[in-house]
Amino acid sequence: MRKLLLKSVVQAPLTEPAPAADAAALAELASQVERAAHRRLGRSLSIREVDAGSCNGCELEIHALNNIVYDLERFGFRFVASPRHADVLLVTGPVTRHMEEALKRTYAATPDPKWVVAVGDCARDGGLFAGSDACKGGVGAVLPVDLHIAGCPPSPITLLKGLLALMEKHR
Amino acid sequence: MIVERRQWQHVGERMHAGELALVGLWGEPGCAHLAVMDRHSYGLMVLSLPGERFPSIGRLHPPAIRLERTMRDLYGLEAEGAPDVRPWLKHGEPYAFLPAEGESLHQIPVGPVHAGIIEPGHFRFSANGETVVRLEERLGYTHKGTEALLAGASLERAARLAGRVSGDSTVAYALAFAQAVEKALGCEIPARAIWLRALAAELERLANHFGDIGAVCNDASFTIMHAHCGWLREQVLRTAAQLFGHRLMMDCVVPGGLRADLPRQASEAIAALITLIRTRFPDLVELYDETESLKDRTVDTGVLTAALAEQYAAGGYVGRASGRTFDARRTPGYPPYDRLEFDVPTVHAGDVNARVWIRIREVGQSVALVEQIMAGLPSGAVASALPAGAGEATALVEGFRGDIFAWVRMGADARVERAHLRDPSWFQWPLLEAVIEGNIVADFPLCNKSFNCSYSGHDL
Repeated sequence: MRKLLLKSVVQAPLTEPAPAADAAALAELASQVERAAHRRLGRSLSIREVDAGSCNGCELEIHALNNIVYDLERFGFRFVASPRHADVLLVTGPVTRHMEEALKRTYAATPDPKWVVAVGDCARDGGLFAGSDACKGGVGAVLPVDLHIAGCPPSPITLLKGLLALMEKHR
Repeated sequence: MIVERRQWQHVGERMHAGELALVGLWGEPGCAHLAVMDRHSYGLMVLSLPGERFPSIGRLHPPAIRLERTMRDLYGLEAEGAPDVRPWLKHGEPYAFLPAEGESLHQIPVGPVHAGIIEPGHFRFSANGETVVRLEERLGYTHKGTEALLAGASLERAARLAGRVSGDSTVAYALAFAQAVEKALGCEIPARAIWLRALAAELERLANHFGDIGAVCNDASFTIMHAHCGWLREQVLRTAAQLFGHRLMMDCVVPGGLRADLPRQASEAIAALITLIRTRFPDLVELYDETESLKDRTVDTGVLTAALAEQYAAGGYVGRASGRTFDARRTPGYPPYDRLEFDVPTVHAGDVNARVWIRIREVGQSVALVEQIMAGLPSGAVASALPAGAGEATALVEGFRGDIFAWVRMGADARVERAHLRDPSWFQWPLLEAVIEGNIVADFPLCNKSFNCSYSGHDL
């Protein structure tokens, strides 16, 4: 382990510079996020991820946000284990009927002020699974959505841009 | 093959006797289908029994139980004499968990929303202090009605759906689906497409194995492995994006071949990735192997017996860490793997450590396979036109997690009439319940991660 740690000390960091906040996402947010809440939260947001029936593709890329290349925590974002600690719900999937109740309860357990970010094409309108009897057809069918990050799945850079846009509005 | 009840029953008895392994059991309105494999010759056989009722296979062979419950949920097919008649993929009524009796037992309900960034499912632990007495899983939360969407779908849409049964195995699923469609229509695809599909499949295996090796160590709070493995995974995904235009390579494998050929700088990108893995990965393997505090967590934890692995025909690292030698790339096998040299690593310990080691050794095999593929890559087209026609066929493809079974019936209108895709997790989830017994609750994340079963792939 010493060998590896020593190498890490002498080599340049593997973490890459941040992308700019997504312009489209900023515009989408402008009308939805209240300024009053920004001051209260400062530059720190706790995120609770909820898989509401995704194929797990979105989860893989959300996971990647935590790796050393993207290093999400340097921006003040943190994934938390409980909705009670969260400011943001990051929701993926077409929202299956079987996850509707759990998603609603997770939302109810999240203290105000809170934001819902729908991640992936399924989360917008059901995507490829739209029209299935087993799905509600997007996060918006169950919860009020503040921001949508498109992609199947969105790449970590796309996710980061969307989240940074959310943070920009929080200043 | 359309069979009568007597033959169906007979096959069930042969499964009970250990001669045949269960590959799939699924339904459609008015008909039950059963796929079995001879444990010695690896011959695959599909039986179809028309009617609303069929003699229970689960009564004779437990790996079939959850599949039978699913057939009733989705198609109303009744398994006569089934040992468990509770709904499985269909939720709605309160669920009757199996009882655990004894002194000082308490229950720990977990999920469906978990603490980490993982898929939803419910785990009901019955524990005595820290020791797990029984774990019962309740799945189906990600049930999206995929089979119903596949029925009647255009080929293009069906292929996209197949690639989203389990996102982490999108290449393997698209490949299994495409192979089945091509067999059903009698379509020969160009050699270059066959080889490039294998390239994509091995990159997918590498990315997932790096992710898993790091994640198992992370669940033992050994984050340096997680950090470095996560970085390697990222490099694989970036190379995949460069080569196939998508980090997870979604929708790249299509019936008839591949969506697009490789870009020009492909060989340089692959060579760079291989050099990177060969330079960086050995240090990580050494680190894993020499950190006793880490192995203290993984060795002897969550032991899966060889007998159970064999009975459930557990695929992938779960089976191969418990003595199974099965790998669908070799038996029954499919091209181009008959032209490539690779080992199927097998160990016998059956614990978390063994499942990590299978992955480590499979990384080595996949790297060697990628090299061979690039060296022997045939030239030519990467897709051929699909002939019109109707037909029914199956395919068995080795994903990173194990063998994925696909059954497709094509209609004459170039639409999918019916399709069924069986995830390897169907035969791994029940084994996770068995391996956690007698372990402490805190070791469950390690056991779970070492299995890394798919929720979405299972819930369909």
